[in-house]
Order: sequence, then structure tokens, then C-alpha cells
Amino acid sequence: MLATFTLFLPLTGYIISFFFLRNSDPKYSQNLTSILIILSSIFSWIILFNIIEYNEVEKINLLNWINSGNLSVSWSLRIDTLTSVMFIVVTNVSAAVHVYSIGYMKNDNSIPRFMSYLSLFTFFMLILVSSDNLLQMFFGWEGVGLTSYLLIGFWYHKKSANDAAIKAFIVNRVGDFGFLIGILGIFIIFDSIYFDEIFSKVYLFKDHKFIFLGNFFSTLDAICLFLFIGAMGKSAQIGLHTWLPDAMEGPTPVSALIHAATMVTAGVFMVSRMSPLFSESSFASDFITIIGATTAIFAATIAITQNDIKKVIAYSTCSQLGYMFFAAGLGAYNSSIFHLMTHGFFKALLFLCAGSVIHAMNNEQDMQKMGGLSKKLPITTLLMWIGTLSIIGFPFFSGYYSKESILHASFFSNNYTGLLSYIIGIITACLTALYSWRLLFLTFHGNNRSDTIDYKDAHESPLIMLIPLIFLAIGSVFAGIFFNDLFLGEFSYNFWNNSIIIEQFHKDYIPFSQSLIIKLSSIIGISLALIFYYYKTDFQEIFYKKFKLLYLISFNKWYFDEIYNFLFVKPSFIVANIFWINGDEKTIDFYGPNGISKIISKISIIFGRFQTGYLYHYAFVMIIGLSGFLTWYLYFKSL
Amino acid sequence: MNNFPILSSVIFLPLLGCFVILFIRENNKNLQNNIKFAALITSIGTFVLSILLWIAFDPNFEEYQFVEKKQWIDGFNFYYHIGIDGISLFMILLCTFLTPLCILSSWNNIQKKIKEYMIAFLVLETLMIGMFSCIDLLLFYIFFESILIPMFLIIGIWGGERKIYASFKFFLYTLLGSVLMLLAVIFLYQITGTMNIEEIQSYSISKKVQYILWLAFFASFAVKIPMWPFHTWLPDAHVEAPTAGSVILAGVLLKIGGYGFIRLSLGIFPIASMFYAPLIFILSLIAIIYTSFIALAQKDIKKLIAYSSVAHMGFVTIGIFIVNQNSLEGAMIQMLSHGVVSAALFLCVGIIYDRMHTREIAFYNGLINKMPIYAFFLMIFTLASIGLPGTSGFVGEFLILLGTFKISPIIALFAASGIVLSAVYMLYLYKRIIFGIISNSKLKELFDLDIREMTILIPLTIVILWMGIYPNSFLKPMQIPLKKIINKYEIANNL
Repeated sequence: MLATFTLFLPLTGYIISFFFLRNSDPKYSQNLTSILIILSSIFSWIILFNIIEYNEVEKINLLNWINSGNLSVSWSLRIDTLTSVMFIVVTNVSAAVHVYSIGYMKNDNSIPRFMSYLSLFTFFMLILVSSDNLLQMFFGWEGVGLTSYLLIGFWYHKKSANDAAIKAFIVNRVGDFGFLIGILGIFIIFDSIYFDEIFSKVYLFKDHKFIFLGNFFSTLDAICLFLFIGAMGKSAQIGLHTWLPDAMEGPTPVSALIHAATMVTAGVFMVSRMSPLFSESSFASDFITIIGATTAIFAATIAITQNDIKKVIAYSTCSQLGYMFFAAGLGAYNSSIFHLMTHGFFKALLFLCAGSVIHAMNNEQDMQKMGGLSKKLPITTLLMWIGTLSIIGFPFFSGYYSKESILHASFFSNNYTGLLSYIIGIITACLTALYSWRLLFLTFHGNNRSDTIDYKDAHESPLIMLIPLIFLAIGSVFAGIFFNDLFLGEFSYNFWNNSIIIEQFHKDYIPFSQSLIIKLSSIIGISLALIFYYYKTDFQEIFYKKFKLLYLISFNKWYFDEIYNFLFVKPSFIVANIFWINGDEKTIDFYGPNGISKIISKISIIFGRFQTGYLYHYAFVMIIGLSGFLTWYLYFKSL
Repeated sequence: MNNFPILSSVIFLPLLGCFVILFIRENNKNLQNNIKFAALITSIGTFVLSILLWIAFDPNFEEYQFVEKKQWIDGFNFYYHIGIDGISLFMILLCTFLTPLCILSSWNNIQKKIKEYMIAFLVLETLMIGMFSCIDLLLFYIFFESILIPMFLIIGIWGGERKIYASFKFFLYTLLGSVLMLLAVIFLYQITGTMNIEEIQSYSISKKVQYILWLAFFASFAVKIPMWPFHTWLPDAHVEAPTAGSVILAGVLLKIGGYGFIRLSLGIFPIASMFYAPLIFILSLIAIIYTSFIALAQKDIKKLIAYSSVAHMGFVTIGIFIVNQNSLEGAMIQMLSHGVVSAALFLCVGIIYDRMHTREIAFYNGLINKMPIYAFFLMIFTLASIGLPGTSGFVGEFLILLGTFKISPIIALFAASGIVLSAVYMLYLYKRIIFGIISNSKLKELFDLDIREMTILIPLTIVILWMGIYPNSFLKPMQIPLKKIINKYEIANNL
């Protein structure tokens, strides 16, 4: 019952403020949506405590959806441990973002629309995480994609925002295509799309094979791969990641909520939700590990050269999602979800701090034009430091626990992909520290490089923006300590209560040398940032000149957009025109209807010529005809 | 009440309205309004009657309901024989639902020959409802053919610049198909001695005859629905037709092809349907991918939506010839959904056409600044068109893909690429006309929807969401008749 309220309060907020408060004072919609979402987040804490206490899975049936043949789906909720954890992340970050937006969007002229979209997004996200079956999950999945599209393009007068919005939707649709095929495959094999029924039958189809082009393939592998394509789209993994950096065109609170803390983690959530399936498919799991590890390091290499403060954080998100995926691929689903949660807090914090900076700098996003802001924005600086310490895994901050646990899991997994991801994980940790501290130094420390008067006017954000930041900072510091035992400890198996697969990892401690290496990697990153961006800023120039190619590759994001433009976007329009002009107009119409009508009119002209209108022509033809007939008659008769 | 010929009243009520309208003069504004109101009231009355039909309909009854049978031509087995099952029920509802909206949408934009215009629409409604409720094949053919006449007039008289070309193309294209169908109908009468569709369905026709007759019916329905490569009349007809004409054309007339495929091709020629299914699949897949690309390159809004219709109908034809419960129900839902969604999209185009008198995409931009309510409705219809879950479009596409996946994952895989492509062209369209800032000074005078236009769009929105969230009210009644067709198909093909 409580869960139903948690879910539908945001929807109520959306409906009321979108349809009825559009033209009234913005404070009504701000207050209404914020209060409802705060209520929602309180409820979700109660739900979590209930889960910890009683460990019961609650199922709520709302309405029949589709009954057709042997398919029968309902609108129904399933509240288990995984859902309740996701509820905490979604509602709390969402509540923080709602409140923050009151301050951040103060001067916008369509506030009710903004607040209502945020609430609608929260509703879809909650549907996604609380679904009892794959189809309803897909509903939430597409719904968050839709609201993401609407919010990226919120400032619809900006062409770049519209382009980014449509790009996000379409790249996501490519992933959704895979997800949908995965769902279809599951229904065909398992005869159900309800999680419980699927999982109870997994062992039956472990070795099921299908034939494709004369070869046998494992059905489970194929299904998992298709599902993972969906996850790659939503969670911006390499190949389908191009939409995420562009999505930063949306207002910053949106980036914090959707493109950092919640929606982009939906892929990780889905893989964890389907963990009984994925853990049976070693091929798919390896694939996930490799894609995750590749994305982690790939995105980090881009983040170190970007100048747009939001883009740096966006690529950092991409990279952190890579961590979550390789943990999931290695079977450490609990570490993966743990990192999802801590990441939700510190990344939302980082984004909102960045928003605070942008707000202070009058919408300037280029870090090269910032610097020295710590004097003007002391609280934001402090909070940004907290977020940064958390992301690099500074001991006892929340990121420390989750990241360490992921690296531990990869260290102890006895295969090559595990080893590979462990090495990549450590290198990425170094890069993470580098780009995070680069961001700190460029933005808050050193001299100010702003060529306008923005610096003088820079001011600390109002309290309404700082309170949510402090709230998130508390999460970024303490979520690790608080949840570490529950998620990973001795009794974690009871806590998760089969909502995800817990593979028992070596409980023994990682060797001291390895522990040292992990910490050293971050320290190296920080020192590099310290040298390049604080003490010896002229080193940057020298470095760029020496390694120009590397720099350009990183700065231009490995040329993914250019390649995709060349491969997909431009050819699509060319093909479209070929089909239209050469196919429809010059072939089908030319030879079809127009061709036939031309032939008919030509024939009729030829026949028309016989009708000359001269009597002597007709008389002549008649005589010829008559004589012809007579000749024929006489000739054949005589035979 | 039990003997009240409710189905006949639904069919002929619009004709009665025509009769009344004939007696109203159209000399001045007031009288013209009387004509419009008479037409509107008639069509709403028909809609209410058809809702009663739905309420009284028993979804668990195995046979045709509301059956009426009268001897028609002595000496031959021709009857005025009508009745409905779950398949035709919703087709009729679609007609009666869309016609009042069409009349309402033509309130201000039809300036000449209002009387004739309204009469054409009401006659069209009678013919469409009649066609969907026929059990007698000859009667079906007559209704089927007669529909062309009012539609031809609507495009030819009240159409745009190239209306003559478009109306003739439309007429001749469809006529060509139907001539073959007439021959097939006569031939069927020769061998079975009856025109009752049910009796013909139970008559086992030899394989070779099926192969030939199926092609004759195919020629007719493939043009109507339309399938690639018989689709080129559709964009022209849509572009030149007045808004309401496009609505009926996309909303109902295209569905006649699908209805015919289910009722006649599958029902009468199950063996041939299986034999020719691969052909249908190939043509449908080409339709989905090929026309989706073409839609991307369009410069005229109506043409874009017309091409998208071809792609959506590609899903329907796949669903029909996969022949299982999921795919057929999906095909039906997809037809209903497309009927509502494409109607809504054409009405939206009509709304801005009425204001600006152009449908060129490049002319418009930044409409959201002036018309936020319009932008909202268009967004919902766009999303329904690209099949977002929660809208009607998703249920149809999903069920079709599900049914298809059971038979052939490859076909499903190719067909599913349509969900990516449709998002591309529809959102690209939306972006170009709705978002951005207004750069065209002519657009500065635009005003948002008035009450009449909202009255048109709200019911459509409700139906779209209803079908998306609770499609069972539509799925339940069509279960039994579709099951019968499937059973017969499976028995005939020894499956």
C-alpha cells in the first residue's frame, strides 16, 4: 500500500502541476511537486526499513494490462530488497533535485512544466524499478527515455538542445530494440514475462540451443546479449554512449537526476534484476565485463581533456557506469548495486555543485574561463571537495567502500576477464583522480581566467539550493559506512533475499600490496593533476605539443560522433532520397500508374488516327474490307 | 427491443440524415450552419447507437450477432444479410467515432458546396458501416466498391491543387484491383452456389482454385491497405484530400484491406494464405523499411504521415499472415490504433493548414511558442505513432512482434527495426515544426487551439491512452472470431 503511494504521488504531482498549474504562480507547482516527492522519499525509507526488518516480498496487483493468447500481463508492483534500494536512490535524489530546482530555475518562465516533468520522470523511474514483469519494466524504461527527451530539450529555443534530445531518444531506441527482442525471446522460451516464473525455469533452459544459419547457439546467451544491448543504450556504454554528453544541453538539475543518478543506472538495475539469467550465461557475463571495463577507461580518457564542466562529469558518469557493469559481469551484483547507490549520491552532488558554479558564473560552463572560485563560493567548494573525495574512493567516504568492493571482486574472480577488468579498474581509478582534481583546480583554485565581469558578480547560491546539496553530501559521506555491512557483509545474503544473485566471494582480505596499489593509483592521479593544473600550468602546453595526436583523440571523443555521422546519419538521408526519387517516383509511378496511363493515351492516339472524318476514307476501308472478306470466303470455300 | 433492427439503424441512420439535409437550403450562413448541425447530430446519433451495439454485444457468443436476413434477388441466393462479430464491431465503432470528428473538423474550412460535402460524408459512413457488417459476399462487394464514389468526389471536388490527378490515381488504382475481385466473387458463386461468407468459408475449395482466387482478392486488398509496391496512390491522395478526407482515408479506408485479408483471404482461402505468406512477409518488410526511409525525406507533413501509414500497415499484414492468436489480435489492435492515431495526426496537420494554408515542413518552426496546447497533443499522437508503451501503438506492435517471433524470429527482427525508424522520422518532424524559435514572421499571428479543435482532439487522446493502458476491453470481443479463423486455418493446413 505504501509502495503504491510512493509511486503515484509523483504522478499526481505531474498531473496537477502540468494540467492545472501551468498558468498560475510557479510557487504552487514548485511546492506541490516538492512536497509530494519528499513524502515519497519518506515512504521509501519506511519501505526499506520494513524490508530490513521483515524481509518480505510484497506484490501488488493494480490492473490487467494485456491478455492475448497465452500472454497475460498485469500492471503490478513488486517490492523486494532491490526495489526498495532503488526507491531510496530515486526518491531521495529526486527530492533533492526538486528542491534545488526551485532555486536554480528561478528565472525560467516555464517552471510548472519543468517541475511536472521532473515528477513524471520520477514516476516512470519508480515504475521501472518496481515492476513485476519485463513488459511493465519496458513501459517504465521507455517512459524515462521520453521524459529524458523532454527535459534535455526543455529549452526548446536552443537548436543544440533539440538535437541532443532527439539524439538521446533515437540512440536509446536502438538499445530498446535489443531489449524488446530480448523480452520476446524470453517469452517464447519461458512462456512468461514474470520474473518469478522466468527465474524458476532458468535451470530448465540452461543448455537450450537454437539454430541460426546452420549453427547452434545457446539461447540463453542470445537472450542475455539482446537484453544487454538495451542496458547499453540506457546506461551509455561504449558504442551507444554518444547521447549522454550531448544530453548535458538540458538544465543542470536534469543532468544530476536523470543523466547521473537514476535513469542511466537503469541498465545496471536491469542486469541485476535479471541476474539469475545473466549469471547462467558466462558468455554474456564476459561480454558485459569487457564492455563495462572498456567503457570505464574509454570515458575516463575523454574526461581528462574536456573543458565543459558538465561534460567532464558526464564522461565521468559513463566511466563509473562501466565500473558497475564489470562488477555485474563478474557476478558481484551487490557491489554493482552498492556502487550504483553511492554513485547516485556523489554524482548528483557533483552535478548540482557544478550547477551552482554555472549559476554563479552566469551560465558559463567553460572551465578554462573559471578558476579561483573557492573565495567566492566557499560552501560549494567544500561540497565539491566532498563529492570528489567520494568519487575517487578516499577512505571512509562512500565511494571508497563501493569501488573497493568492485575491485576486490575483480581481483578474486579467477578468470582473464576478471584480471583484465582489475587492471583497467586500477588505471581508471588513476584517471578518475586526475580528471576530478583537474576539475577542482580549474574551477575553484588558481587564478581566475574569466575575461568578463562574471567573476566579480559570482556569488554563493541561495539556501534553497545549498540544503539539497548538503543533504546529498551527507549521503556521499555516510552511505558507504551505513550500507556497507548490509550490502556486502556477512548477512548480505539474508538482506538481498534472492532479489539478486549473491555469489560468495572470498571473504579473506585482499593482499596488502594490492590494497596499496589501489590507493596509490588515486594518489598518482591527484599528483598529476596537482602538477599540471596547479603548480606548473605551463606543463599543459608542452604535453599537448608532444602528444598532439593523443590529445586530439581524447579531446574529440575518439571521433565517435564523426564516424556515426558518416556511417549512419548521412547515408540515411541519401538512402531516403534514393528510395523516394528513384524508387517511388522514377520506378513505381513511372512504370506503374503513370506508365500505364501514358501507354493508353498513346494507343488511343494511334486508334484516333483511323477516325479521319473523311467519307471517302471510310468508303475505301469498307470496300477493301468487303473485297477482303469476299476473297477469303470464295478462296476457302473453293478448297 | 430484441427484434429492433439496431444494426440496420446504425447503417442507415446517416443516410436518413442525408435525406434531411437535402431539404435544407444553403443560401445564407444560418442555413449553412443548420446543414452542419444536422450532419453533426446525425453522426453523433450514429455513434451513440453504435456504442449501444457495443454494450449489447456478447463477447462470449460464438456466432454473428444482431443478424438480419432478407431475400434480396429472387431466384439467386442473394440476401440482404448482415450481422457482426468482434472483428467487425470495432471497425464499425472506428467509423462512427471518426465521422463526427471529421464533420467537426470541416466546420470552417469547407467554403463551397457544404451541403454536398456533408452528404458525401454521411453516405460514406453508411457505406463503410454497411461494408463491415455484411455477411453476404455480393453485398460486401457492392458496399466495398461504392465507397470509392464518395471518396473520389471528396478528393476531386474539395481537394488541393492536383486533386484531379490524385483522385483519378486513387480511383483507377483501387478499381483495377476490385475488377479482379469481382471476377473471383462470381467464380466463387459458380462453384459454391451461395454468397453467404460463412457458408463459403466452410466449403472446401480445391488448392489450385484457391491459389488463383487468392491472388484476385489480394490485388484488391493489397491496393487498399496499401502494400508495397501498390502504395503510390496513397501519398498523392492524402496530400490532395481535404483534412477530413485524409482522416477517413487513413482511419478507415486503409483498414478495409486488412479487414478483407482477415475475413476473406484467411477465412476462405486458408491454404493459399499459407502458400503466399512468404510473399506477404517480404512485401511487408520492404514496406516497413523502405517507406520509413522515404518518410524521412519528405517535405510535406501530410506526405510524411502518409508514408508512415504504409509502414504501419506493413506490421498489420505481417501480423495477419502469421496467423496466431497474438499476431492477429495485434494486427487488429494495430489497425484500430493506426485508425485513431493517423486520424489524429491528420487532424493536427489540418489545424495548422487551416491557419497557414501550407503543409510544407520548412515553412513551420517553433510552433510551441505560439501553440503550446497544440504541441502537447501532437506530442501524444507522435508518441503513439512511434509505439511508446502506454499508448495504443505499442500494444499492437508488441503483439504482432510476439506472434511473429514464435514463427520466425528473423522476420520479427527486421520488423522491429521499424520501431527505431519510426522514432527517427516522427521526432525529426516534430522537432522541425514544433521546437526552435519562430523565424517565419507569418507564424507570429498564430493562435492556439480553440474549443472546437480541443473537442476533436481530446476524445482521440482518451482512446489512444485507453487502448494503451487497458486494451483488454478491445481484445476480449475479438478473441472468439479470430480463434475460429485460426482453427480453420490450422485444420486446412494440417498444422
